[in-house]
Amino acid sequence: MSVQVWTYLFVFLSFGLYIGIAIWSRAGSTKEFYVAGGGVHPVANGMATAADWMSAASFISMTGLISFLGRDGTFYLMGWTGGYVLLALLLAPYLRKFGKFTVPDFIGDRYYSQTARLVAVFCAIVISFIYVCGQMQGAGIVFSRFLEVDVTTGVIIGMAIVFFYAVLGGMKGITYTQVAQYCVLIFAFMVPAIFISIMMTGQVIPQIGFGSELVDGSGYLLDRLDGLSQELGFATYTEGQRSTQDVFFITAALMFGTAGLPHVIIRFFTVPNVRDARRSAGYAMIFIAILYTTAPTVAAFARTNLINSVSNAEYSAMPDWFGKWETTNLISFDDKNNDGKIQYLGDAERNELTVSADIMVMANPEIAGLPNWVIALVTAGALAAALSTAAGLLLVISTSVAHDMLKRTFRPSITEKQELLAARISILIAVLIAGYVGMNPPAYVAQVVAFAFGLAAASFFPAIVLGIFQKKMNRQGAISGMVAGFIFTASYIIYFKLINPEASTADNWLFGISPEGIGTLGTIINVGFACTIAKFTPDPPDDVQELVENIRLPGEV
Amino acid sequence: MSTPGANSYWAANIKLVISLLSIWFLVSFVCGILLVDVLDTIRLKGFKLGFWIAQQGSILTFIALILVYIRAMDKLDSQYKQSSNSDSRDTKGEAE
Repeated sequence: MSVQVWTYLFVFLSFGLYIGIAIWSRAGSTKEFYVAGGGVHPVANGMATAADWMSAASFISMTGLISFLGRDGTFYLMGWTGGYVLLALLLAPYLRKFGKFTVPDFIGDRYYSQTARLVAVFCAIVISFIYVCGQMQGAGIVFSRFLEVDVTTGVIIGMAIVFFYAVLGGMKGITYTQVAQYCVLIFAFMVPAIFISIMMTGQVIPQIGFGSELVDGSGYLLDRLDGLSQELGFATYTEGQRSTQDVFFITAALMFGTAGLPHVIIRFFTVPNVRDARRSAGYAMIFIAILYTTAPTVAAFARTNLINSVSNAEYSAMPDWFGKWETTNLISFDDKNNDGKIQYLGDAERNELTVSADIMVMANPEIAGLPNWVIALVTAGALAAALSTAAGLLLVISTSVAHDMLKRTFRPSITEKQELLAARISILIAVLIAGYVGMNPPAYVAQVVAFAFGLAAASFFPAIVLGIFQKKMNRQGAISGMVAGFIFTASYIIYFKLINPEASTADNWLFGISPEGIGTLGTIINVGFACTIAKFTPDPPDDVQELVENIRLPGEV
Repeated sequence: MSTPGANSYWAANIKLVISLLSIWFLVSFVCGILLVDVLDTIRLKGFKLGFWIAQQGSILTFIALILVYIRAMDKLDSQYKQSSNSDSRDTKGEAE
């Protein structure tokens, strides 16, 4: 069977499965719509959390970015996994004990203030929205490859499918589709990785192949890759290029951001109790680590493979995959010296090949000449990753509007039915806007997502942690902290990414911190403001202090 | 609310979290970023040590940290339950 037929088969089967699950588990009540009824098993929640959180960026872009960044790409790996330690130790158990539906619920109640609630709603919507645009763009890239249509059409198809099952199932539908999506995406990621590892190093486990000798006798994989990179004038793969402080700050921003992402946090509201919330964070970490320890191995394999396949090869003799990816503009060749051969070099003047980081995972099985069904599998996996995350994010947007803004703030009198309707309508609006931005994206998928992390780091993470660990933190402190952290981080990113992108060089950055890493400074500013202002304003009322003491104790007592 | 049992439960919890987060910081930020070039001078077969910690070892450590946390908290919870049960009879039953 051809790749096309296999792809259709896998995509239709997996979509059929998701839609089937969505119909089977559609939500009847707001509790089911917001937190899946609160009775999800920790293993299922661990898988759903993993799928929720491993986005199109993790699946498609991250490996590619690491491929091009080499050791610097580490900040994605450590940043996106290390945040889980913070989430498991500092947030998940306490928020589960608190036991409401959303992050703004916690902020609003803990800081006894509607203003705090609305600030949290605003942050949640902005963060989720930026993030969902990245997913739409990711789904668009995959569809455009799979149906061989342009990215815009791909985005529209992605929008339609996510809309269908997010609206129908709410959190309940999303949770169980995410469990299925996790299985699809991890299988789709691991199979090609194992194939390539066996092909290149003879090792079944990619993590071992990563440190092994190549079967062609050219020495250890990483040494060979370093050698190839140097020959062609690229940076040495296992050495860092970015400044240490920048890598430090980006890693921290991604960690704090991971722990502060509303769509990940709300997953811990769905398990029955505190003990299960802790367990479920552990399962999620293991499920995520399977992909995250494999990604850097694929990055190295794919990069070596790419260089070997294209460097100094005749353009006319390039295999099928090259032409296919050229039509999506994700790879392009400009024969500067007119010799008909591809010069793939570090030197921008003489380099003739531009490769988008986004295709490294997608094209890798083709470049490596793996069987057709493996190539097709990757498509299904990438779609699972993009759609599962998009659904989780859309849910946050809709709960923020329907629950936090309408029910808890402006229209407390609405019935449950009206609240559900409002939740569904807000998903529709969010999908439409996200689709539009997804068609006109500002940067690579992973980069867009990285900004959402910075904002989450600078707003939610400190507000929630202080709310739990600092009994005397009051509403004045928390609100000013969130506002200051958010505005600072957003302005820095907007300035360097939108207003004046030419100025975005290490010399102009504050303390040499790139816009991706500025969230860490935003976090520090948030904490600084919060603690200073809380010192000079009245302590929170007794019932709030009691609430804090209560969420610190184990739930069953 | 703030019974002696609750206070010692919270103190033990804080101590646990701080020690686990110290390891978290040491492995990821110190070994994986700050000292990565120094550690790279040590080789383990095909890997430079610093590079391996940054791209593999740190993630494995994170799993271990969360698993230790889950076990330790379960233990702490059951101690707390015992102590708060005996608290209701006399206040001496504080854990450890």
